[in-house]
Amino acid sequence: MQRYLATRLLALIPVLLGILAVVFLLIRLIPGDAVQLFLGTQVEMTPEQMAELRRFFGVDKPIWAQFVDYLGRILRGDFGVSLRTSRPVLPDIMARLPLSFQLAMFALAIALAIAVPLGILSAVTRNSTFDVLTRIGGLLGLSMPNFWLGAMLILVFSRYLHVSLGQYVPLSQNPLGTLESLYLPAISLGVAIAAILMRYIRSSLLEVLGQDFVRTARGKGLRASVVMLRHALPNAMIPVITVVGFQMGYLLGGTVVIEEIFALPGMGRLVLQAIFQRDYPVVQGVVLTIALLFVVTNLVVDLLYAWIDPRIRYG
Amino acid sequence: MPGSIHASDMDKAPAAAGPRLGTGWRWWTRRFLRNRVAPIGFVIIFASVGIAATAPAIVPHDVRVMTPADALSPPGGRYLFGTDEFGRDVFSRVLMGSRVSLVVAFLSVLTAVAMGTSVGLAAGYYGGWWDSVSMRVMDIVFAFPAILLAIAIMAVLGTSLFNLVVAIGIVYTPQFARVARAAALSVRSLEFIDAARALGMGNARIVGRHVIPNVMAPMIVQISLSLSLAILSESALSFLGLGTRPPTPSWGNMLSDGRQLLELAPWNAVFPGLAIMIVVLGFNLLGDGLRDLLDPRLR
Repeated sequence: MQRYLATRLLALIPVLLGILAVVFLLIRLIPGDAVQLFLGTQVEMTPEQMAELRRFFGVDKPIWAQFVDYLGRILRGDFGVSLRTSRPVLPDIMARLPLSFQLAMFALAIALAIAVPLGILSAVTRNSTFDVLTRIGGLLGLSMPNFWLGAMLILVFSRYLHVSLGQYVPLSQNPLGTLESLYLPAISLGVAIAAILMRYIRSSLLEVLGQDFVRTARGKGLRASVVMLRHALPNAMIPVITVVGFQMGYLLGGTVVIEEIFALPGMGRLVLQAIFQRDYPVVQGVVLTIALLFVVTNLVVDLLYAWIDPRIRYG
Repeated sequence: MPGSIHASDMDKAPAAAGPRLGTGWRWWTRRFLRNRVAPIGFVIIFASVGIAATAPAIVPHDVRVMTPADALSPPGGRYLFGTDEFGRDVFSRVLMGSRVSLVVAFLSVLTAVAMGTSVGLAAGYYGGWWDSVSMRVMDIVFAFPAILLAIAIMAVLGTSLFNLVVAIGIVYTPQFARVARAAALSVRSLEFIDAARALGMGNARIVGRHVIPNVMAPMIVQISLSLSLAILSESALSFLGLGTRPPTPSWGNMLSDGRQLLELAPWNAVFPGLAIMIVVLGFNLLGDGLRDLLDPRLR
């Protein structure tokens, strides 16, 4: 396991460098240089003053040297300063990170809570009316925009069920309040993942149920429930774990859209506001943070997979 | 072997025989129609494209004409899907909105296919340093959540139809690169490639005549599924104000407006969303059905 962990961590380095390079270069795509962006269009300056400022910001150096500077700053936890509020970017992101992360995890939990039982029942009752209806439901869940589902939930809950949609409550204050403020957004975000997972669980379980060892288990007279719980299910769930890993990107990226429709003060709203205010250090910081979060959660899922299935770590 | 086999023999061939294209239209049509979901998806897509192509001629009301007296009328009567706050017909706007959504989806997937396939084919067929470098670059694009990368690209490029196509196209490129690379790798070492080389065919010709046809099956499935994702991405970006700008109606920016009217006139948000759902469902059904048809291993 240690060896597997070491190789996985080493393999991470080029990906991390690549992510940083993309985030760094993203800003260079904008017409005009950093100094002009910083000053906006109102301020008139002499070329000498501009050159002075360029030296101050370090943007007079060649691009690779600027990238090295950037790497150094990120390693020291310096994500730059907001062009609008002049506050350091990182603390603002950190203040909003818990909400987005909790939302993504809550959505995953809801997706699993829907997908596991339905996927199993669907596989066990293959081609029954239940199976067909579940699969149609899954396709519909996969086909609707998550933010539209969110809008529809808001509509139904506030207009017809008269449930008030409360403000976000931090987890440290009141965990139940957090759940209450996030369950609708989490459902909106989780439904598509539930549909994908359900499908994988169904086909994975069907495949396992068709294998020889299951036939043997049945043949030696084990009860159907024992065959299912002890032999079939654990084996069927293993590949599903990797699929969960793939979906972390959807969950983390999706929070941006979902936070917007539910007016939640997470990283998503921060980045959208920054985009419209042309506050590029904030945009860079949030994009980097979410990408890093994606890489880390993916790594955790992969390690979990290797821990559960020895074939992976010795493969 | 391919070509010498009759269509009737192919029916009896074991599933493991794998995907084969170009074994005759009649045989494919028959299999396609026997699939339960693909034809439904095809009909939905065909109808949507038809509506998008003829929208200006078939809409009952001009989408730009404002009729303040009829503002926020509920669905029914003169306005099938109701009206928005300016008294514009939601039904007509949904029909017109299909144009932006479908055009952006098709063009961005075309971009992704062109970039991804050329990168992936070269990587899989030639191998070597180009393989490692290009695939690492694809890994990095993949390391960003898709919608986040699209948002970031739109943020720096600015909102326009062209940038929307570029942003969504880049995001979906790695999938195609991977599919193309895997397929190229799997045929590269087969004997008929050696035979072609022995006959004096150049690399370009071998890729064109022998590698690309073998890549087609997984590619078509991926295209159909990517189209569904591209429509969802376009709607999300337009919803966030990073896609197409009003007054051109697109389903995404209709939802963005409709959301402000959720309490007052929910039909403004309900119908564009349903339209997205139906078209995305169409691509999903088509993709799933084609996967069953073309690639029996993935069922």
